[in-house]
Amino acid sequence: MGRKILLDKINVPGIKTYEVYRREGGYASVEKALKKMTPDEVVEEVKTSGLRGRGGAGFPAGMKWSFIDKKSGNPRHLVCNADESEPGTFKDRYLMEYIPHLLIEGMITSSYALGANLSYIYIRGEYMWVYKILERAIAEAKAAGWLGKNILGSGYDLELFVQIGGGAYICGEETALIESLEGNRGNPRLKPPFPAVKGLWQNPTVVNNVETISAVPWIINNSGADYAGIGIGRSTGTKLISASGNIKNQGVYEIELGLSVYEFMNSDEYCGGMQTDRPLKALVPGGSSVPILPANLIYKTAAGEDRLMTYESLSDGGFATGSMLGSGGFIVYDDRACIVRNTWNFSRFYHHESCGQCTPCREGTGWLEKVLWRIENGQGREEDIELLWSIQSKIEGNTICPLGDAASWPVAAAIRHFRDEFEYHIRFPEKVKNRDHFVHEPFEKVKHLIAKQEV
Amino acid sequence: MKVTIDGQEIEVAPGTTILQAARMIGGESVPPAMCYYSKLKGTGGKCRCCLVDVTKGSEADPRPMPKLVASCVTGCQDGMEVASKKSDRVAEARKAVTEFLLINHPLDCPVCDQAGECDLQNLSFEHGKLQQRFIEEKRTFEPEDIGDKIQLHMNRCIVCQRCVEVADQLTDKRVHGVLNRGDHSQISTCVSAAIDNEFSGNMIDVCPVGALTDKTFRFKSRVWFNKPFNAHRECTTPGCCGKTTLWMFGNEIQRVTARKDEYHEVEDFICNTCRFDKKDVADWVIEGPRKFEKDSVINQNKHFGKTEKVVIETEKGILQGRDIDRKKISMAEIDYNEKIDGNPVNGKQNG
Ligand SMILES: Cc1cc2nc3c(=O)[nH]c(=O)nc-3n(C[C@H](O)[C@H](O)[C@H](O)COP(=O)(O)O)c2cc1C
Ligand code: SF4
Ligand code: SF4
Ligand code: FES
Repeated sequence: MGRKILLDKINVPGIKTYEVYRREGGYASVEKALKKMTPDEVVEEVKTSGLRGRGGAGFPAGMKWSFIDKKSGNPRHLVCNADESEPGTFKDRYLMEYIPHLLIEGMITSSYALGANLSYIYIRGEYMWVYKILERAIAEAKAAGWLGKNILGSGYDLELFVQIGGGAYICGEETALIESLEGNRGNPRLKPPFPAVKGLWQNPTVVNNVETISAVPWIINNSGADYAGIGIGRSTGTKLISASGNIKNQGVYEIELGLSVYEFMNSDEYCGGMQTDRPLKALVPGGSSVPILPANLIYKTAAGEDRLMTYESLSDGGFATGSMLGSGGFIVYDDRACIVRNTWNFSRFYHHESCGQCTPCREGTGWLEKVLWRIENGQGREEDIELLWSIQSKIEGNTICPLGDAASWPVAAAIRHFRDEFEYHIRFPEKVKNRDHFVHEPFEKVKHLIAKQEV
Repeated sequence: MKVTIDGQEIEVAPGTTILQAARMIGGESVPPAMCYYSKLKGTGGKCRCCLVDVTKGSEADPRPMPKLVASCVTGCQDGMEVASKKSDRVAEARKAVTEFLLINHPLDCPVCDQAGECDLQNLSFEHGKLQQRFIEEKRTFEPEDIGDKIQLHMNRCIVCQRCVEVADQLTDKRVHGVLNRGDHSQISTCVSAAIDNEFSGNMIDVCPVGALTDKTFRFKSRVWFNKPFNAHRECTTPGCCGKTTLWMFGNEIQRVTARKDEYHEVEDFICNTCRFDKKDVADWVIEGPRKFEKDSVINQNKHFGKTEKVVIETEKGILQGRDIDRKKISMAEIDYNEKIDGNPVNGKQNG
């Protein structure tokens, strides 16, 4: 049994309510921080913990906090990124829905560390019911004296607001989120300046993911060193993984980082193995934007070692042989899945969500989608594979924000690892016109056709 | 601070961007810019045409920058070394951006009112590819009336957002902006036919392509048939400099625009009265003809240098071997009395 930090109390009846949460030891981190620690000590503790941002990029949270410009004298803000729009990722919602006070407690402790008196939770508009749960929890916390003026008589003031987004994936990108929070169109800003210097209303701002902030209470209660003791190397602590696809038990799991992918996939505590007896074909380990892994690279790294659920092991050897832990959206495919169709589907999403500010992403994502759609519908041309490769490589690295990269990686990885499947679509258009082609005839069975054609 | 661009060193003040430094040097190293506009604050960073390769970060931190950077929004550092024209990566990226800009842009230059002064035309001339790889259907928009002075042709827009900045910075009530996302992004007004602010006409001048055009000039003339003159008048509109370029056909003022520099950016913005309402020669003090770069299309038909004969290699496949017809492309070579199917060429059947 892995150690639970975030979901430890999730099954306590009534944990959603303030009374039960408090009775179970909730808000202790606020008491400890405000009464016994200076803000800098809280930052140090988070630094020691090695906690890395759980929103996707994995940047060390304590380090990000220490970048915040305290000298400018301007007000500072903490913004919680609860936009959670990465396809395949549904972990933040679980935390907020079932144990909302954990996030609020984390927000108070973290805001204190940053010296922020005005903090926000930016939640995606589609999570309306979660928004209501949070509003209620904030009201409860305020009534109990954990928010407002002079909290616990410490002289520290904090107001916390929840803001609903308009429902755009791009509003999860931190600078677009800030724009949206200010009431503007959710377009990413150019960096630098980074939010830690000029963020919300040009004030120093830290944007952190729900899961990142929710880990802070445990770190303060127990110590950064204890947290760093969980996990492996620079991947410390626990991580929520939202598992979906062709596995027995879909759901949200808390794992200790360093668990092997094999165990996560197959043990009954987690995914419970494949849903049916069909073979495992591919895995997207960290949400739709990260590269897909083919079967032979799922359990073993390129060096032949066991692949672990860590930032390092999943990205082993770069994108040619690795992927990313990303936001922890673990999507499993069995042999019925059509990789071309899946890639088209992801592309469709990025095309739809591109903010349209910069040329490569605005025009390139649409182009990718159209070409993929043609191939999937039996209208592909031989040169289309090279074309796709070329388009994605021209988007990557040339855009304002990482959405351009997120749109190009899945395409690159699909071509890299499943090129023959693209060729099959192009050479046998009549076979793929039926949407369910691989359901009736898994690719493994028809693969020989491509080889034959080449002779 | 010292910066080196393509091996050319220049001394610049702190806060200067790489693009500005390149413009100080001038010549081939100046990156193309479709969204940056020096006269509008905070523009740039969007079109990605001006990407350059920073091969040395600065004296203090000489590491090269891993990615290409947008030169219009990247500040110079002391000791920085930049490759613009001299980098294959940059050439590749500019080619890619040009290709991206063209995939959805209609290739209808012959009927577009911006022909001859279109930045996208210039960009593709210099950085474009010869082959078209985009075979899908181009996206199109419903035509929209945004007011009595300005024509919006959304299909041509490249979403550089310069016009939005004009609306933001020069007009008091902003009524237009970007709607939708991705390649569905669209310039529009919040209520149709809403643009009537005194400085709104400047949107036309900043638009790099033919998406926003002047309704009082539309289709009156090709720019190269006009003769541009510098002119001014005592303009009473606060904020208007009253200095313009008049585009004349004989004695007729066909169009009034602000004066533009070599990067096609206005020197100073003008009001709508000067632009749309003063079309009488008596309204203006004409200073004299305006000079353009030697090879500008605006100078076409106005020089007497020797021109080389242009040979058009028409592809055989398109004409399907109809070599006789092919000769007829050159009208001078057609015999006046030549017959087709027994009928004279200038006979009735042929109009
Ligand atoms: C296109 C795009 C979408 C993103 N969406 C989210 C999101 O939904 N939730 C999130 O926490 N981070 C998202 N991010 C990452 C954020 O920009 C940012 O890195 C993160 O919120 C920082 O929090 P962390 O340091 O706690 O990970 C997104 C990034 C990009 C480029
Ligand atoms: S990469 Fe895409 S989403 Fe990001 S700024 Fe550019 S157009 Fe917008
Ligand atoms: S209408 Fe013209 S100026 Fe406005 S965004 Fe489009 S291309 Fe740019
Ligand atoms: S001019 Fe620099 S990005 Fe457009």
